[in-house]
Amino acid sequence: MKSSSARYLQVSVFAAATVAVQLTAQVSGKAYFLTQLTMTAYATLVVVGLSLLMGYAGQISLGHAGFFALGGYTAAALTTWDLGPRRGQAIVAALARLHVLVLRPDPYGADVLTVHPWAAFACAVALTAAVAFVIGIPVLKLTGHYLAMATLGIGTILYSVALGTPSLGAADGISGVPPFQLVPGLQIGGSPSIRVQNYYLAWALVALSMLLLLNLIHSRVGRALRAIHAAEDAASAMGIDTARFKLRTFVLSAALAAVAGVFSTHFNGGIGPSEASIMKSVKYLAIVAVGGMGSLWGSLTASAVLNFLSLRGYFGSFDDAVFGGILILVMLFSPDGILELDLRAALRSLLRKPRPTGES
Amino acid sequence: MFAELFFQYLVAGLTYGAIYAIVAIGFNIIYNTTGIINFAQGEFVMLGGMTAVTLHERLRLPLPAAIAGAVLVTIGVGALIEVTFIRWLEKPSVLRMIVITIGVSILVREAALLLWGQDVRTLPYFTGDEVSSLSLLGARISPQVLWTLGTCAVAVAFLSAFFKFTMLGREMRACASNRDAAALCGLPTRNLVTLSFVLSAGIGALAGCVVCPITYTQYNVGTGLAIKGFTVAILGGLGDSVASIAAGLILGVVESFSVWVLPTAYKDAISISILLAILFLRPSGLFGARGAR
Repeated sequence: MKSSSARYLQVSVFAAATVAVQLTAQVSGKAYFLTQLTMTAYATLVVVGLSLLMGYAGQISLGHAGFFALGGYTAAALTTWDLGPRRGQAIVAALARLHVLVLRPDPYGADVLTVHPWAAFACAVALTAAVAFVIGIPVLKLTGHYLAMATLGIGTILYSVALGTPSLGAADGISGVPPFQLVPGLQIGGSPSIRVQNYYLAWALVALSMLLLLNLIHSRVGRALRAIHAAEDAASAMGIDTARFKLRTFVLSAALAAVAGVFSTHFNGGIGPSEASIMKSVKYLAIVAVGGMGSLWGSLTASAVLNFLSLRGYFGSFDDAVFGGILILVMLFSPDGILELDLRAALRSLLRKPRPTGES
Repeated sequence: MFAELFFQYLVAGLTYGAIYAIVAIGFNIIYNTTGIINFAQGEFVMLGGMTAVTLHERLRLPLPAAIAGAVLVTIGVGALIEVTFIRWLEKPSVLRMIVITIGVSILVREAALLLWGQDVRTLPYFTGDEVSSLSLLGARISPQVLWTLGTCAVAVAFLSAFFKFTMLGREMRACASNRDAAALCGLPTRNLVTLSFVLSAGIGALAGCVVCPITYTQYNVGTGLAIKGFTVAILGGLGDSVASIAAGLILGVVESFSVWVLPTAYKDAISISILLAILFLRPSGLFGARGAR
């Protein structure tokens, strides 16, 4: 009971920080920062999911940008694909009657018949979860280098499919994605008039996910995951179905990435193949490394800071290099995240004469 | 006509396959002595090609000298990477090493971008030029293809002889089979690890120079090559250099013929699907017997 109230306190502090940031931006006349902060929130959603996967299930993934893009592309394709010419077909007519399809004006004023964003959202998340599930069964049997390369390979496949498929816009991606009317009055979209609303929607989504994940890791499932991470064989001997727990965590983190992908696509009005690139996956990984694998709040903080700086362009053309450098420094000196950094010990190990490798 | 086209695709496949095999051997050399997969392996190939182009065009060095220079520079970079990032770590976890070498590959790539820009570069053909070709069984073959295949063959023969017959090669093999025991016998295991990076960087750079006229080079070609090289290393069974050659040639040929049935854009997806299939169905590789972990 005590720990659950601590969780709600943490989320409340986080909510207060979100409000404080918005007010500061408003007061200091930098309201346009909220656009990048909103995009940061969606990236953070991917990061916390990945942190759970890496820290609790002990599985590396170099393909999470692929899941983000799979969600985003599915939503983008469904909400921009005009089914008007196919209205005669029985299935299209049936879907239209069920309000799964909606008539909306396109930017040129003509009416197009497209899938409702909510239906597209459900399809996108379900598809990504299904893909993660099917891929996850064989992939999660691998460990170490093999797992890293397999997930890297999946990310590369998704990237090259996005880049090489003309109906997905090839190198240009899909644009003209309509705003997402969640409920009357709440809309996810890029128009400056709803900037504040979008900022709060995005971070509320993060807060909600955090609550979900924190509750998860303090539940029976979370204890099982921690046991797996500490000693997989021992956990298995205690009767924990390690494969199933790992798979579930993988699917959950992929689904979170897909949710982020869908919302961010509606917010930006489109998506391009670079969202699926390996470098994007490596960035998510770098941020989790900085925040500490399995430390959800650490990952969230690292993501909020680093993604915002990166999106605002503070790193300029050195953006990739900065993330590469961060990745190396953190992994060399403080592999458990910078919050765990013991500076003196790190310096000592750096200055200590290398010992022969014989002992262990 | 069909037979000629078939042969043409086969030769193209073998050329790429030979390159993949060399990158895979680079992976294997380091994996064998350290148990690390060096994700920056592709960057050595890129560095070799780019440095050779610069030495040849800017400093007007003759081609052989430029290539030798490029190999030496890349060897230096390889040694520097090992000494700076890897040498002093005590028994690092696999995850940590994966992430560090990925970071290194990004830094090398960004440094190359800063140094050389985004231009696509190339070396002149070693003999003849773009249009000169030999006719073999009805297919037209550029002499550079023969250079590539020949260099790969020589490099592999040299490495095999080195590991089999020289004292240093034997010491490296001892380090590979049991590092602790090798250290107990008084072998300088840390220096042997550095040497494995040197060898791996050298052979990667050489491959980068030889293919440069055919495939061209750019600051970002390393990642793709690393993925292909790793695919081949896994196909052959991690650590087995001879099997890598067979696996490399097979993958090159399969990829080359895949263009017949599928759009070129999906070429990479094909070879990675093969990698995944192998990982799932036969994780010890096509020819390997050892269990993969």
